[in-house]
Amino acid sequence: MYTFSSKLKTFSFVLMIVGILGIGYGFLTAPKDIHEVEAILKAEEAEHHGGGHEAAPVHEAKTESATHEAHTEPVAAVTPSETPVDSVAHDTAAAVAHTAPATHAETARHDAKASAGHDEHKEHAEHVLHQLQNKPWAALYVACLFFMLIALGALAFYAIQQVAQAGWSPVLFRVMQGITAYLLPGSIIFFILLLLSGFHFNHLFVWMNDGVTEVGHENYDALIAGKSGYLNFPFWIIRAAIFIAGWNLYRHLSRKNCLAQDEATDNSFYKKNFKMSAAFLVFFIVTESIMSWDWIMSVDPHWFSTLFGWYVFASFFVSGITTISMVTLYLKSKGYLENVNSSHIHDLSKFMFGISVFWTYLWFSQFMLIWYSNIPEEVTYFKTRIEDFNLPFFGAVAMNFVFPILLLINTDFKRVSWIIVTAGVVILFGHYVDFFNMIMPATVGDRWFIGIPEIAAILFFLGLFIFVVFSALTKAPLVPKRNPFIEESKHFHY
Amino acid sequence: MSSNKVIHAIYNDDDVLMDAVHKTRAAHHHIEEIFTPFPVHGLDKAMGLAPTRLAICAFIYGCIGLTVATVMMNYIMITDWPQDIGGKPSFSYIQNMPAFVPVMFEMTVFFAAHLMVITFYMRSRLWPFKEAENPDVRTTDDHFLMEVAVHDNEAELVKFFEGTGAVEVKVIDKH
Repeated sequence: MYTFSSKLKTFSFVLMIVGILGIGYGFLTAPKDIHEVEAILKAEEAEHHGGGHEAAPVHEAKTESATHEAHTEPVAAVTPSETPVDSVAHDTAAAVAHTAPATHAETARHDAKASAGHDEHKEHAEHVLHQLQNKPWAALYVACLFFMLIALGALAFYAIQQVAQAGWSPVLFRVMQGITAYLLPGSIIFFILLLLSGFHFNHLFVWMNDGVTEVGHENYDALIAGKSGYLNFPFWIIRAAIFIAGWNLYRHLSRKNCLAQDEATDNSFYKKNFKMSAAFLVFFIVTESIMSWDWIMSVDPHWFSTLFGWYVFASFFVSGITTISMVTLYLKSKGYLENVNSSHIHDLSKFMFGISVFWTYLWFSQFMLIWYSNIPEEVTYFKTRIEDFNLPFFGAVAMNFVFPILLLINTDFKRVSWIIVTAGVVILFGHYVDFFNMIMPATVGDRWFIGIPEIAAILFFLGLFIFVVFSALTKAPLVPKRNPFIEESKHFHY
Repeated sequence: MSSNKVIHAIYNDDDVLMDAVHKTRAAHHHIEEIFTPFPVHGLDKAMGLAPTRLAICAFIYGCIGLTVATVMMNYIMITDWPQDIGGKPSFSYIQNMPAFVPVMFEMTVFFAAHLMVITFYMRSRLWPFKEAENPDVRTTDDHFLMEVAVHDNEAELVKFFEGTGAVEVKVIDKH
C-alpha cells in the first residue's frame, strides 16, 4: 500500500492556496467597466508613442493639426483650399497624407465619418473590455479543461490497455486508476464553469450572447443563428452532462470491478471490465469528438474544422500517457513499484514519442490544409494565431514535436528517468500551451499574456490534481492481485 | 597444429542451444559462428555480440535526406525561378514551407529506409548470386549449428560438446 507522503500533501495544499490567491487576484484586477479600459488604452497609447522615437511628439502634433485642418476645411466647403491642405499633409505627416484625401473626397459624408470614428473607438474599448474581463475566466477555463482532459486521456489509455489485453501494462493499472480519479472532481469543477458561462458570468462563448439569434437585434449574427439548432445552451449543457456522466460511470465501475477481481475466484470481473472497456471506447470516441466541438471549437463559432476532434484527442492523450509515465517514475523512485522495470518505462516512453508525432501530424494536417487553400472564412483562425500568438503557436510545435523527437528517439534514453522526466515536463507544458492556443485567441485575443491569472490557475489545478491522484493511490494496493495478465506483466522485459 | 579444423555441434532445440552457448562461453571456447533457421531471442546477448549501429546509420541517412529535400526545393522553387504559382509566396523558403513539408518528410523516410537497407546488405555481405554459406542444409529447416575452432584440443572439445546436449558433433576441415 502506498502512503501519501506528508511533504507531497503539504506541497499540493501550498499549490492550491497560491493558486486560489492568484486566481482571486486575476478577477480583482480585471477591469470592471468601460472607464477603466479607456484609462488602460490611454496609458498604452502614451507608452506606445512616448517609448519609441524622439520625433514622436512632433509627429503627433503635426498629425493633430493636419487632421484638424482636414476636418474643418471641407465643412467650410472651400474647394480650392483642398490642394494646399493636401500638400501640407504630404509634406508633414505621411500617415495623414493617406487619410486626408479620403476625408476630403466627400464633404457630405464627413460628419457621418467623424461620428463613425467615435463609435468605432467606443466599440473598440468595449471589445477590449470584454477581452480583459475574459482573461481570468479563460485562464481558469484552459487550466481546468487541461487537467480534466489529462485524466480523461489516461482513462482512454487504460481502456485501450484492457481491450488490447496488453501483457505489459497490468502492473500500471492502479497508477492509471489513481490518475483517472481526478476525472470526477475535475469534471465537476469544469461543469460548474460551463454553467457559469451559460448564465452569463463571462463572455467566453460569443454564441451565448443575448440576441445573437434574434433578427434585428444589434448582436444578431446570421452565421451563429444558423447553427443555433446545435449551439444553444440547453442542448449544449445536456450534452456536457451526458459526456461527463458517461466517462465517470466507466471510471467508477471499472475501478470497482478491478478491485472485486482481486478477491474473486474466477475471471468474471475481468471479463466484465473487458466488455465495458470496449463499450466505453466506442462511447468515448463519439463523445470526445463532440466534446471538442462543444467546449473548444465553439469559442470560435464562425470557424470549423473536421479533424479537430482527433487533434484535441491526440493532444490530451499524449498528456495523459506522459502523466502516467511521470507518476510511475515518482512512485518507483520512492520504492513503491518493485514490479515495474525499465522495460515498462521504455514502453511508456515509446507511447509518449509516438503519440507526440501523431499530434504533430494532426496539427500540421489541420494547419497545412487551411494554409494551402487559404479560404478566407477558414484561414482567419490561423491568421490571428500566427499574428498575435506567434511564439506560443510555433513554440507548441517545438515543445511537442522537435524536443521529444530528438530526445526520445534513442532507445537507451527511453529508460533513463531524468531524460523522461525532462521530456515529460516539456510535453506537458507544450500541450498546456496547445490548449492555450485553442482557447485564448477567441476569448482574449491580442490581450493574452501568461501572467498571474494563467499561472495561478495552473498551480491551483496542479495542486488539486496531485492531491486527488495521490490520495486515490493510497486506497488500494498498487499491484492488482488476480489479473490474468499480471504474471506476464511482472516479468515483462523488452 | 591444425589451424583450420572446426567443431560443428548440431542441436535440434533452441533452448538446448542457448544452454550450450552459455556453457561454451563459461568454458572460454571461442564461438566462430552459429547457424539457426529462425531468430533465437537473446542469442546475440548470450554470445556477447556487440549491439548493432544500424539505427544510428538510419538517423544520419534521414538527416541527409532532409537536407537534400530542403536544398533541392530551395534552389528550384525559391532561388532559380521564384514563379508565382497560384499565389503561393515564393519570396523565401520559410514562407512557402508548409507546401514543402510532405516532400521533406518523404525524402527523409526514403533516404533513411533505403540507405539503411543497403548498409545492411553490405555489412552482411548479401547480394544476388552470392554463394550460400550454410555448412549444413538442415540449419535452414530445423537444426541449430554451433561452430567452434579447434586448437589441438579436439578430443576434449568433442567430449565437451557431446555433454551439452548436441545431437551430432562433427570435426570439419575448413579450407
